[in-house]
Amino acid sequence: MASLTGLTASTASVSDAALHVSGLCKSYAGETVIAGIDFVVPPATCFGLLGPNGAGKTTTLRCCLGLTTPDRGHIRLAGRPVPAEAEAARTRVGVVPQFDNLDPDFTSSENLLVYGRYFGIKDAVIRDRIPGLLDFAGLTGKANARIQSLSGGMKRRLTLARALINDPDIIFLDEPTTGLDPQARHLIWERLKRLMVGGKTLILTTHFMDEAERLCDRLAILDHGVLIAEGAPRELIASHIEPQVVEIFGEGAAAWAAIRQGLGERLEMAGDTAFFYCRDAAPLLAALAGETGPASGLRYVHRAASLEDVFLKLTGRDLRD
Amino acid sequence: MRHGWFALPRPGLRWLPVWRRNFLVWRKLAIPSIMGNLADPLIYMLGLGYGLGGLLPQVQGVDYVRFLAAGTIVASTMNAATFEALYSAFSRMHVQKTWDAILNTPLSLDHVLTGELVWAASKSLLAGLAILLVIGALGLVSWPLALWVLPVIFLTGLAFAAMGLIVCALAPSYDFFMYYFTLFITPMLLVSGVFFPTDQLPAMVQAVAAWLPLAHAVQLARPLLLGRIPDDIGLHLTVLVVVAGVSFCIATGLTRRRLLK
Ligand SMILES: Nc1ncnc2c1ncn2[C@@H]1O[C@H](COP(=O)(O)OP(=O)(O)OP(=O)(O)O)[C@@H](O)[C@H]1O
Ligand SMILES: [Mg+2]
Repeated sequence: MASLTGLTASTASVSDAALHVSGLCKSYAGETVIAGIDFVVPPATCFGLLGPNGAGKTTTLRCCLGLTTPDRGHIRLAGRPVPAEAEAARTRVGVVPQFDNLDPDFTSSENLLVYGRYFGIKDAVIRDRIPGLLDFAGLTGKANARIQSLSGGMKRRLTLARALINDPDIIFLDEPTTGLDPQARHLIWERLKRLMVGGKTLILTTHFMDEAERLCDRLAILDHGVLIAEGAPRELIASHIEPQVVEIFGEGAAAWAAIRQGLGERLEMAGDTAFFYCRDAAPLLAALAGETGPASGLRYVHRAASLEDVFLKLTGRDLRD
Repeated sequence: MRHGWFALPRPGLRWLPVWRRNFLVWRKLAIPSIMGNLADPLIYMLGLGYGLGGLLPQVQGVDYVRFLAAGTIVASTMNAATFEALYSAFSRMHVQKTWDAILNTPLSLDHVLTGELVWAASKSLLAGLAILLVIGALGLVSWPLALWVLPVIFLTGLAFAAMGLIVCALAPSYDFFMYYFTLFITPMLLVSGVFFPTDQLPAMVQAVAAWLPLAHAVQLARPLLLGRIPDDIGLHLTVLVVVAGVSFCIATGLTRRRLLK
């Protein structure tokens, strides 16, 4: 069990963990949203929380920040019990929320100034930090720009800069790159890596498996309020899924695959596309070789298994909303 | 906490950055904002005061325009505090999600609400002060006793801001505020002695009016502006303080239940 080895590996560092969650439960109006989850985030690592829409990721983060009181469970953030000492814990924390809530009445630099004041930081200190933070976010020329004039990517980067105004040890990022173009996403990834090199602890939720794979030291997959898998990205792929995938699509793909199920360990159908998960794809590829000439409508892709395959295997292919 | 939504507010002193945030926004638009607070009440006051006042004998021993000037200050204070705690606070809470952003910092919702409360009262103080200066320049008030109206205005602002925050906490959308105005604010304006002495009213209405915070504010402010020490100062102050305090506790509880669940 990947999750068990994961837990024991980090037990030693529970007391000095950046975030320690145990037995967390939360329900809304009788609907269970978080059904008893445990995880530990050691300092200076990146922890990823994955899960379909409505899985409870944002709710988990809100509990960890002390913004809502769990029904049961224990949370320690930055060495302090939450929610009892949440306000003190949050002095060491930065947050990039799922939905931007920059202050539309202000410019970029005023946003940072006003936000720094909420932490009790002196104006002079904040003003010293602003140019560096804007530079970090690639917004140097935008210090006096109004929020309405910024693109979605710029707003997201400014939100990241705002989360760093108190020089936090721990940063919560709720879907930091959703809705961004590839350029903006790569820039955010690069910045987050810089923060990790600088010793910050990141706690990240995302729907992008490549993002999780790239950034996270450890991942947990949350579904219906339960952690269904936990481990390093490579570990999860190795332990939950066959290493090779052959996707077959085009005319007659479903029928072709259905009678050749035995050529892979597992076959999944999604519409007219067949996904073969194989330990050894050679026999399947040989069978395909004879079938996919120019005259045939059948086409295929052969690739290594990815985190997305693990995610789909564990959480299913059905829509959640 | 789940069953402790209505525990007493713990405002502390860290609400000041929230107040300063609103002040910084206001400073950018200060001139139009003051003009907006000033123009409407002054037009009514001067129009009614001199126009209608010309038809009237003296009211409670003074010209009608002087009588009305005192009522106008209090009514404008109420309006300024109410608008800020309803529309402005609601857009920060519900539309712009400014409060959500603040809650991710070491500040708590109690700090946010205290900052909003004091801010709305400060803004109503500015509105009242602007009118005081204008009617002072028109020679309609007696100095220096009239200066004592400023703390009365601030306290009145706190009371109406706190009541407004209750409505804000309950509002599903901006439309909801219409009910508060038509069912509460406007009737109160008519029976609290702002435009005419309450002894004109049927006894039953007078009995209700005696409980309304606006009536107590008027009974403090009008004598001060006309150069007399008010009667029953302790009673009027107590009513305003109690309304402000109790309303703020309720508003805090309701807002916690709305945002921190
Ligand atoms: N304040 C609330 N009141 C009632 N239900 C809530 C509240 N907050 C969240 N929920 C419910 O809890 C469940 C989990 O929501 P949550 O926002 O934590 O999911 P998520 O994993 O962040 O989803 P997404 O990927 O869409 O952001 C959802 O069914 C949601 O409707
Ligand atoms: Mg979410």
